[in-house]
Order: sequence, then C-alpha cells, then structure tokens
Amino acid sequence: MHPSSLRTKKTAGRFVADEPLWLRILLITAVYLIIGLLILVPMAYVFWQAMAEGWEGLVKNLWKDPDTLHSMWLTMTLAPLTVVLNTIFGLAAAWTITKFKFPGRTLLVTLLDVPFAISPVVVGLMLVLLFGMQGFLGPTLREWGIKVIFAWPGLLLATMFVTLPFVARELIPLMESLGDEEETAAVSLGANPWQLFWRITLPNIKWGLVYGMIQCHARAIGEFGAVYVVSGHIAGETDTMPLRVEKLFQEYNNPGSFAVASVLTLMALATLFGKYLLEQYIARQMATDAVE
Amino acid sequence: MSISICNISKQFGDFVALKDVSLEVPSGSLLALLGPSGSGKTTLLRIIAGLEQADSGHIKVQDEDVSQLSARDREVGFVFQHYALFKHMSVFENIAFGMRVRHLKDAEVRPRVNELLHLVRLEGLGNRYPSELSGGQRQRVALARALAVKPRLLLLDEPFGALDAKVRQELRTWLRNLHEEMHVTTVFVTHDQEEAFEVADRVVVMKQGHIEQAGTPQDVFDHPATPFVMDFLGHVNVFHGRLEAGQMHLPGFAMEYPEYQHATSRDATAYVRPHEVELDRTPQLETSLPVRVVHVNPAGPVTRVRLVSDAFGAAINVDLSPGRYRELALRPGDQVFATPKRLRVFLPDDYVI
Amino acid sequence: MWLSKSHRVLPGFHVGLGYTVTILTLLLILPLVACLLKVATLTPTQFFAAVWTERARATYLLSFGASLVAAVINVAIGLLLAWVLVRYEFWGRRFLDSLIDLPFALPTAVAGLVFSSLLVEKGWYGQVLVPLGIKGAYSQLGIIIVLVFVGLPFVVRTVQPVLESLEGDTEEAAAMLGANRWQTMWRVLLPALQPSLMTGFALSFARGLGEYGSVIFISGNMPFKTEIAPVLIVARLEQFAYAEATAIAVVLMAMSLVSLALVNWLERRSRRYAP
Repeated sequence: MHPSSLRTKKTAGRFVADEPLWLRILLITAVYLIIGLLILVPMAYVFWQAMAEGWEGLVKNLWKDPDTLHSMWLTMTLAPLTVVLNTIFGLAAAWTITKFKFPGRTLLVTLLDVPFAISPVVVGLMLVLLFGMQGFLGPTLREWGIKVIFAWPGLLLATMFVTLPFVARELIPLMESLGDEEETAAVSLGANPWQLFWRITLPNIKWGLVYGMIQCHARAIGEFGAVYVVSGHIAGETDTMPLRVEKLFQEYNNPGSFAVASVLTLMALATLFGKYLLEQYIARQMATDAVE
Repeated sequence: MSISICNISKQFGDFVALKDVSLEVPSGSLLALLGPSGSGKTTLLRIIAGLEQADSGHIKVQDEDVSQLSARDREVGFVFQHYALFKHMSVFENIAFGMRVRHLKDAEVRPRVNELLHLVRLEGLGNRYPSELSGGQRQRVALARALAVKPRLLLLDEPFGALDAKVRQELRTWLRNLHEEMHVTTVFVTHDQEEAFEVADRVVVMKQGHIEQAGTPQDVFDHPATPFVMDFLGHVNVFHGRLEAGQMHLPGFAMEYPEYQHATSRDATAYVRPHEVELDRTPQLETSLPVRVVHVNPAGPVTRVRLVSDAFGAAINVDLSPGRYRELALRPGDQVFATPKRLRVFLPDDYVI
Repeated sequence: MWLSKSHRVLPGFHVGLGYTVTILTLLLILPLVACLLKVATLTPTQFFAAVWTERARATYLLSFGASLVAAVINVAIGLLLAWVLVRYEFWGRRFLDSLIDLPFALPTAVAGLVFSSLLVEKGWYGQVLVPLGIKGAYSQLGIIIVLVFVGLPFVVRTVQPVLESLEGDTEEAAAMLGANRWQTMWRVLLPALQPSLMTGFALSFARGLGEYGSVIFISGNMPFKTEIAPVLIVARLEQFAYAEATAIAVVLMAMSLVSLALVNWLERRSRRYAP
C-alpha cells in the first residue's frame, strides 16, 4: 500500500493527529482481518456450500422441494405485508409524536423501544399466551373460526411486533428536525390533509421512510425467535425461510439448508446494496443543497 | 522571546498558501496578522505553532531553530478560533490539562489554575462545563488554558471572530491589558482591520500568501505601501486619471501631486479617504470639485455624506465630524465643493489589485 | 391547554393518536398484560420454584455472561472498526463500511448455520482451531462468537457519527498543551466517545440477551452447559408448561430492562457536560 493511500480522511492537514504509518497499516490490516473472518468468509461459505452439488443441486434443493418452495412464498408475502402495515403505523406514530404535544407523548416514545428490549422468543410466548388454545383470547377467536397461533396471522403478528419500531424510529428524528413550518404554511394556504401529506410531508421524508422500510423488510425476512414459537413448524404451511433453514439443518440436510440460506444471504446483500445506493443518493443531495 | 520567520513557503495541492514569507516578531510584542481569507495568515500561524509543516524555510524562537520540533515540544500557547475546549472536562480541568499531562502534582496544579481563573475573571466557575458558558467566557477559558503551561509564545487564531460586537470590544481591551501585564510575545490572526489596529503594536498585512506591508499601526495606516493595503484598511474614494508635471488630471478637474514632477503623462489611480475630503459652500481652491449631495447619514460618530460630481460622473463618499455637519447644514440636493486634503497616487506598475 | 396553538393548526391528531394507540395496545400492551396475568396465576413459591431451578440459574448465568463478554468484545472491535473507517482513507474502505451492516441484514439463522458449520472439526475454521484446543461449535465460545457477529454493527454505528463530528481542533489543542498521542487518546478522545460506546454496548448486550435464532444452531443446547434462557423458555413451552415458561421470560425481561436502565443512567451521568 502506498503511504499516500493511507492519508487520514478527516484529519488531512492536521498532522499532529496522525498515527505513525506502521500503526495505521497495522490497524487497517486488523480491520481487514476482522471483517474478513467475521463477515466475508462466512458469506462466501454460504454460497460455496449451496453450490456444493453444483447449479443443478441448488435448483433441485430450492425448486424440487415443495416445502422449501412454500417457505419462500410465505416469507416473500409476509415480509412485504409487514412492511406495509408497519409503514402506516410508523407514519401515524411519527406524525402524532412530532407534530403535536400531548400528555403521554414521552410514554409513547418509550413504548416504541420496547420491542428492542424483549427477546423475540418472549414475544412469541406472549402471543401464545394471548391467542393460543390455552390463551386468554384463543378459545373465543377459535369459536369465531379464527386461528392465530400455528397459523398465518400469528406469524404476521409476531413479525410485526419485532419490526414495529423500525419505520417510526427512522422518521421521528427526521420529522423533528424538519419542524412543522412547511405544513403550517400549507394549511394556511388551504391544503387539505390529503394534499398536505402527499405534497408537503412525504416529499420531505421520503428517503428516511425508504431507509426505514428497507431495514424493516430485512428484519422481517430474518425474524426467527418470535416466529419459531408461534409457527408450530408445520412444513409447507407455517415454515418461513429461516425456520426452513433450521428444520433442514436438524434433518441433516445440509445442502438443502444452505440452499435456502444462500437465497436469504442474497436478499441481505440486496438490502445492503439498496442502503448503499440510498446513502450515496442522499449524500449527493446534501452536497448539492450545500452548494446552493 | 522573539520569533524569526525565514523564507517560509507552503503549498496545499495546487494552492499556494505562503510564498517565501519572512518576518521578525520582536520579543514582547503584540503582532496582528491581518488579511482577507485565503491570504495565508492562519497557515502562517499554524506553521509557527507546529500544527502545519512548511515546505521550505524555517522558524526560530530566540535564535533556536524550532522547525523540526513537534507542536507539543514548542512550548507555544495556541487559542483556537472555536476555542476547542474539551467538552467533557470542567473549566478547571480544561485549564489544568497541560499540567496534568506533564504529571504535575495536584498541589502545584490547584493554585496555578485558581490564579489563572482569577486572571481571566472566571473565579467560581471552575466546576462549570464549557457548554454552560457564554462565548466570551469560553474564549477566556481557552486563553487561560493556553497560558497555564507558561508558554514562550502565545498564538491566537481569529480570537474574537465568533463573538458578538459588544463582547468582542470588551475582550479586545482586556487582551491588550493582559498583554501589558504578561509581556508574552503574542501573534494573532484577524481579518478585521479595526481589531488589528486597536489591539496590536505591530500590524502585518497579508495578501495571497505574501506580506504586503509590516509596521506599526500608525505607519501602515498613514503610509500604505500598496493600493491593496490602502483599500483593505478602510473606505476609500478611487479616481482614475493621468499624472503629469505635479498634477493629477481627472475629467474636468485636477489635483496637486508634487511627488511626481516628470513631464511624461502616465495613467494613474488616486485614493482619497472619506475623512480626508473637506466640503464647503464656496470653492476653497480653484481645483475644488463642484458636487451635489445625494444622501446624508448623521447617525454614528461621523456623518457619512454621499455626493455625486455631475462633471465627473462618479460618486464620492465623505465623512464629516458632527460639528462640521451642523455648520454646513447639508441637505440632499445641495451644491457644495469638495477639496481633497490628502491624495495617494499609485502608478499602474505597482497596481496589483 | 395541552395543545399549543400553532400545533393545533395541523390535522390528523385524533386519527394519528387513535391509530397509534390502537396498534400499540393490540400488539404490545395486550400481550404484555397477558404475560403478567399468566405469572400472577402462580403463587410466589411456585414462581420461585419455576425461575430458580438449578437449570434455570445456569441459563441466566450463561445468557448474561455470554452477552456481557460479547458486548465487551464488540466495544473493542467496534471502536477499532469505527476509528479506522472514519479516520483512514484506504483501498476498500467504502466496501468494508457497507459490509458492517450485514449482521443486521442477514437472518440470524443463517449466521448460526454458517458459524456452526465453519467451527466444527471439519469446517474451515475448525480445522485450524480444534487442533489448538479451541472448540467453537457446541460450546459457550460458539455462543459468544455468534453474539459478537449479531451485535457487531451496534457499536460501530453509534460511535461512527460521534467520531466524525469530533473537531480536529480538539486533538490539536491537546497537542499544543503538550499531550502525547496516548494521553490525547485516553484523556480527550475516549471520554468524548464514552457515551456512544455505552449506547453501543447496551444495544449489543440487550440483543445478545434475547438472541435465539443464531445460538440454537451453534450451542448444542445442552442443559447446564450451553443452554441459554430463551432456549429454556422454548423447552418449557414445548412441554406446555406455560406458567413456568412465562416466569422465566419475566426474569429475562427484568434482566434486560434493568441492564438498559443502568446503562441509560450511566450514560446520562457521563453526558452531563452536553445537556
């Protein structure tokens, strides 16, 4: 590595704050090692294992196994639906919290953090206690013909619970920093709530919103603990992709397990790439704003 | 401690920050580096401090070449433009920092910090955090912190730049007094000529990486060496004309300029300060210029009058004392006569703006 | 007057608040209440018998210990990563920076699967480590490794913006006052980063306490040895011992909340200088 390529970014021109070259090289090597061993190699390993039987093996493991196919379908419907529902919730919560002052506002903000502090397994347990056959509401719902636990609605509730804060947490600081001047001006000019949202608020928060949705989506795809408890592991019915990975692993079907894992890893990479593009775009926006 | 700056050059990429700058700072003086942004004044200060390395040239402090010494070994006190106080430390610990890193005993640190708190008039605020102080107080903490380790030199980068007008005025006087008490050789950077002239006993005007003029404030103000210095040090009226045999000819108007007695006519630019023009109801000299009053602003210590010469076609600004203004009782539209008392003429050769 | 005048101008307060509270009640409060009601069916003796068995105590100790160790490791690694990514310009910096988020984006089950396969005796890492006596798979060490992976981005992402916002002036000021790099690091930079390091630590720790998906792959889930608290909850659930499972869950939640509150308090105390 050429020394000039190790120029410190932030401290350029502030040479008293520079570490000696040997130390910089040592630290950078350490970073490569850590990220390499902890992230890069494991990621490569997923694809290497998934391809152990070649393309045909991979295709066979994914497409010829109806239960795996169903798990993919389940995850790919469950995750977007969760994102939509949590986006609506996130918008409502962020709007209420940032644009109005009311008693209990702080409590509401605190409640939004609760899902981060509760183990997903406990989330699943709580849903079972509420909606399960032995639960408080389960028997009643059953009489009405609604099955929550060991069924699709339970999976949705569990995923929603775990990913509830993502959109709101992204929007609250953003909307707080934007203030309400523009909205107030729009109202004074006669905008109705619908126009207000689509023409003023949404254009201002859209990238923060997309960012929150991407994170919510990634987490929804990957959720394990909560879903594990409420799903009942009915293959071809309530197994999501991560649950399928675990089941195949327990059945000693490593190629199958890694095949599903490779699809999940691809999705994670797509998420990272999406975030990367978004950050680049926002950085460019900010640069042009600064020039103006 | 005196400072000798010898042939310092510094380049950032393609940008030449300093080219071959040399300067002597006498021991015990209070020197202002004055110039517009990009003139290289801050870079020069940072090179003296050791925060920046010059591409060539060297710095001597009292005959000792310090060019190769690191910033921490130069024994220089530095006050940053935005103070750079340690936010997580109390005022007391901020001031004590330099002594703490030298492993001085608490018994030595405590009295010294208290003494400094007294000096900067912040007694009783030692336990505050920087975020709990006003801008002026932060500035004084930064100064006390820099003085705590008894530096050989004190350097200040735009020391009053971030303060509002009133606090700035107070601190200027205070810094001046402090310097008289301590007599540490002090260099400060400013882009505000008023500040430089009020505080410093020596002024160095910089432009595009070189020194335009150095001298006492009076010297520099009365005898600006270049049009740039003239222009930078306050408002001026600028006249373009021709110089010939002791006279400056302007369209429909001439002024005496005995310093130039050659018969050959040359293009020249004349500068007149607003307070060096007299106004009268009747022409004082043959060469007095008839002008018309456009606007009068009597608010402030001087009355600013804007005039226009119909013959000449240009606007002229004149500052009058309030007494003189009352005497003349000027109103917009009045016809009066302007007589420049003092004229500085620069020939295009040394015209570098 | 609990709505300031300017705020009442905007529409949507009642709809927004109504919707938010409804969802929170259905999704969050009702389940929490259910949980507490279930625990309330136990007598104190029954509750104690459920949560304080030898097996349960072993899981608390492991969950707490492994999360703590992982969070401490994450603070160290996270600080290093953030430092290098913010301060040095080098080949591949942007690429590495993007990869830091992978543990957030990757389903934890995949992480568990991969690390357990890598660390077994025949795996890529196991081949090197097992002969050295380091058993990563089906051991407590394995749990720590996956928890480090899962919590890695927390510290990096909380420290990074703070490190970026530090003014270069501050370090120069320290140097001008005679501090060497080491003194500047310990006395000026680390104290400034401390609140963000604590936040990262807390997030990483809380995530570790609750983590399930990745751990079950690698730990082997042996009672008294490699069983974490969430695994015990699931085990009790599968035996239909709902009340017992809930009791353990309450202990786990209490552990997590107390730790978060403690860190919050410490952080606020150390933040006194920046109100």
